[in-house]
Amino acid sequence: MADLRNNFVGIKSPNPFWLASAPPTDKAYNVERAFKAGWGGVVWKTLGEEGPPVVNVNGPRYGAIWGADRRLLGLNNIELITDRDLYTNLREMKQVKMNWPDRALIASIMVPCEEESWKAILPLVEETGADGIELNFGCPHGMSERGMGAAVGQVPEYIEMVVRWCKQYTRMPVITKLTPNITDIRKPARAAKAGGTDAVSLINTINSIVSVDLDNFAPNPTVGGKGTHGGYCGPAVKPIALNMVAEIARDPETYGMPISGIGGITTWRDAAEFLVLGSGNVQVCTAAMTYGFKIVQEMITGLSSWMDAKGHRDLDDICGRAVPNVTDWQYLNLNYIAKAKIDQDACIKCGRCHIACEDTSHQAITQFVNGVRHFEVMEDECVGCNLCVNVCPVENCITMVGLEPGVLDQRTGKPVDPNYANWTTHPNNPMAKQAAE
Amino acid sequence: MGTTQSGIHRGRLAPAEYETNFSDLHPRLDDHEALVAADRCYFCHDAPCMTACPTSIDIPLFIRQISTGNPIGSAKTIFDQNILGGMCARVCPTETLCEQACVRNTAEHRPVEIGRLQRYATDVAMTENKHFYERAARTGKAIAVVGAGPAGLAAAHRLAMNGHDVVVFDAREKAGGLNEYGIATYKAVDDFAQKEVDYVLAIGGIEVKNGLKLGRDFSLADLTANFDAVFLGMGLAGVNALRAEGETLPGVVDAVDFIAELRQAEDKAAIPVGRRVVVIGGGMTAVDAAVQAKLLGAEEVTICYRRGKEHMNASEFEQDLAASKGVMIRHWLQPKRVIAKDGHVAGIEVEYTEMRDGALTGTGETGVLAADQIFKAIGQTFEASGLGSLAMSGGRIVVDSEGRTSTANVWAGGDCVKAGEDLTVTSVAQGRDAADSINRMLAAGAQPAFAVA
Repeated sequence: MADLRNNFVGIKSPNPFWLASAPPTDKAYNVERAFKAGWGGVVWKTLGEEGPPVVNVNGPRYGAIWGADRRLLGLNNIELITDRDLYTNLREMKQVKMNWPDRALIASIMVPCEEESWKAILPLVEETGADGIELNFGCPHGMSERGMGAAVGQVPEYIEMVVRWCKQYTRMPVITKLTPNITDIRKPARAAKAGGTDAVSLINTINSIVSVDLDNFAPNPTVGGKGTHGGYCGPAVKPIALNMVAEIARDPETYGMPISGIGGITTWRDAAEFLVLGSGNVQVCTAAMTYGFKIVQEMITGLSSWMDAKGHRDLDDICGRAVPNVTDWQYLNLNYIAKAKIDQDACIKCGRCHIACEDTSHQAITQFVNGVRHFEVMEDECVGCNLCVNVCPVENCITMVGLEPGVLDQRTGKPVDPNYANWTTHPNNPMAKQAAE
Repeated sequence: MGTTQSGIHRGRLAPAEYETNFSDLHPRLDDHEALVAADRCYFCHDAPCMTACPTSIDIPLFIRQISTGNPIGSAKTIFDQNILGGMCARVCPTETLCEQACVRNTAEHRPVEIGRLQRYATDVAMTENKHFYERAARTGKAIAVVGAGPAGLAAAHRLAMNGHDVVVFDAREKAGGLNEYGIATYKAVDDFAQKEVDYVLAIGGIEVKNGLKLGRDFSLADLTANFDAVFLGMGLAGVNALRAEGETLPGVVDAVDFIAELRQAEDKAAIPVGRRVVVIGGGMTAVDAAVQAKLLGAEEVTICYRRGKEHMNASEFEQDLAASKGVMIRHWLQPKRVIAKDGHVAGIEVEYTEMRDGALTGTGETGVLAADQIFKAIGQTFEASGLGSLAMSGGRIVVDSEGRTSTANVWAGGDCVKAGEDLTVTSVAQGRDAADSINRMLAAGAQPAFAVA
C-alpha cells in the first residue's frame, strides 16, 4: 500500500486531502464529521477580526452550471467569511484540535490590511493549537470591496507586507492563499516568497457571473432583483488552477516553494494531477459541498491504487514529477510530427471528427470512401492538431501517432527530422538565435 | 368481478384493470427525463438516423433543441418534415428505423430514445397549441384528396400550405384512417388521433367530407372533372381470407375490425373477448390484436404464424411486447380448419409447415388448438372500384417516384400504392411528396408560356 502520509511545511496529516476554507469548515460540527469521514486536514473557514461579525445575504448565496443530468460542473458563491463570533470559532478550533491531534487544522485569516489587526489576531489563533495559518488574499466578492481578500491579493506589495507581519508575530507556518483574479500569478507568488511565506495555496475563486435570469434580466444568484459577481469554483475551474500551480512551480524565482493545490478537485485523478504539477497537498471544497464528506474515501483509495499500480511508494515519489515537462511554447519540438489514426473497429461512424475537421480545421478526414460512410484520416492533409481526438465520443477510437524519425510526412513531403528543433532557432523566426559559426 | 368462463364474453376484468391495461404504453418523458435522454445524442454529422427516417426528419437538430430547453423549436423541426410527427413518435417501429441506425447501438447497444424524444417535443407543442404554418396566398386551385389517413392528411396539409383549396373525402365517420381505427389503443391514448387531425386541419383551407366512399358515392372521373388535381390515399379496405374450412363461423373475426372496435369503445369492458384466443398472422396487426385480447382478459392467447420468427413483419419490439403480456407466439403453423361446436368456434386445426425447395409447404402433421375466438390478421387487400383505367400492379396502384399515377393529374400514396413499407411514416412521406409534386405541376402551369426578357 502506498504511503499517503503528508508533511506540508511541517504540518502533518494522514493524507494529502484537506478541506479548503469554506462553508464545510465553518464550525466544529462539520469539521468533526469531516475528520470522521477521513479528511487529512481542514482549513477553518476564514476568521475576521474581533467585534461584530460580518453578515451574509439572506437570499441565495450560490449559483451553478450543470451538465444534462444536473451534474454540477461549476459553482459560484457570494458568501463572505465566517459570520460567527471570533471567540466561538477559536474555542471550537481548540477543542477539535484536541480531539483530533493527528489531523491538520489550519486557521484562515482575513483582517484589515493594518499591522495592528494582524498583530492582534495571531496570538489568539496560536493559542488554539492550530498547526498553521492561511492568509485569505483571495476572496473576490464582498470583502474585497472593503479592502480585504482579493483587494490585497491583487497588490503584490501588500502581500509581501502582510506576510512579513505574520512571520514576525507568529511561530506558526504561514500559507498565503492567492487569488486567480490577476494577469500573472507569478507576481503575487514572488511577493509572498519575498515576505517570507512558508507556502502558497491556490487558487481561490474566480470572479464570475454564473448565469443570468432571462425572465428578470438579473444575474444569478438573484437577491431581491439584483445580483453581484461571485467566486467561481468546482470542476470547471480546474484547468485554470492547474496552469497557475504549474506557473509557480516552474518559475525560477519561486521554484521549490511549497504549494497547496486548490481548484475543482473532484476525484483522486484531479488530486494526482495537482500533486505531480508541483503541489505538496491539495484542498477540496466544491466536491464535498456537492456530494458530502464521504468522497474523500474515493480520493484516498483511488490515489493509493494508482500509486500502487505505478510503483510509487509515497507522495515524494510523485509530487512535482510533471513540472520539468511543462515548458514554454517556444521550446516545443517543431520536428515532432504526429498524425491522427482512427481505429475502424472502434469507430461508431458518428461523423463528428469529419465535420469538425471539414468545417473548422484542415479537411483531413474523409466522410465517404468508395461511396460508403467511412471516416479515415488523410495523412497528406493532417497537421496532427488533435481536434478529432477531442470531439470523438468513443474513448481511444482516435489516437495521435507520432511519426518515427526518417518516416515520410505525406503532408510536407519531407522525412521526419530526428533532431530537436524549436521556434527559437526556426528560420521563420526573425528573432531566431543563430547557432555559433 | 370479472369472469374466466369459456366462450366470448365482455367484462372479464375488474373495471379498474381496463384502465391500467389500456393506458399509455410509453408515457411522455418529463422535462428532466427528456434532457437526460437528449444528452445521449451525439449530434452526428449527416446522421444515419436521419437517413433512416422515411420522412427525413432532422433528428440531431430536434434533439439538440430539446437539450437546450427549446421543445417548441424542436417540434417545428419535426413538423417541417412530418406534420404527423406526433403519431409517428407513438407508432413508428423506431427499432427498425431511426433507432436502429443510431450510432449509440455500435457504441453500447442502446440507441438514443428518438421516438420518445419526438413524442416529448411534439406533445409540448400540441399541448400548447403552437402552430407553425400559415397558408400561402390562395392559388384558386382545388385539389381532391381521397382518404383522411396519414397519406391523405400529410398531402392535404402540404397542399393547403401552398395556398390550394383541399377537399378530403373519407369513407368512415371520423378522419384519421388507420391512426384512428387501426392502431392499438395503448399506443394512442386520450383520443390523440382526433387531436392530431384537428391540429393538422387548423392550417385552414381543408374541408373534410366524411362518409363518402370512392366507387360508391363518387368515381375518380368525377374528381378529375371537378378538381385541378387528385391525390388517392385510401389505404386498404379488404382483408385476406384464411382459405380454411369454417372461416365464416361466428367467433372468427377480422383483427382489424376488433382493433377498430376497441379503439372506438368508450368502455373497453363492453368489448367481448374469448377465453382462449388464436390469432392467425405475423404482422403488427396480429400483435396488436393478440396483446389487446390478452389485455381484455383472455386467459390464453396464441399467435400462429406460418413462417419463422425471422420472417415476421411484427418488429422485434412488438414480439417482445406480446411475450411480455403473456401472448404465446408459435411459428411454422398454418390454419387448416376451424373446428365448430354447437355452431360456434371451438378450436382450430393447424398444420406444421416447412420450407421445401424454396416454397412453404405443409408437412402433413396437424394438431388442434382450443379457441373460442379466432382473429384473422393475414394482411389487407386493396378494394378498388371507381378508378377507371388507372394502372394497377399486384393489386395496388402504380406510381412513379413522385407519386404520379398513370392518369393525368392523379397522384397516389400510402398503403394503396405499391411502394415502400406499409408504415404510417412511409405514408406521410408519400403524401407529402405527392403534394409537392402536385404543387410543382400547378406552379408550372401558372407561369407565363414564354419568358419575358
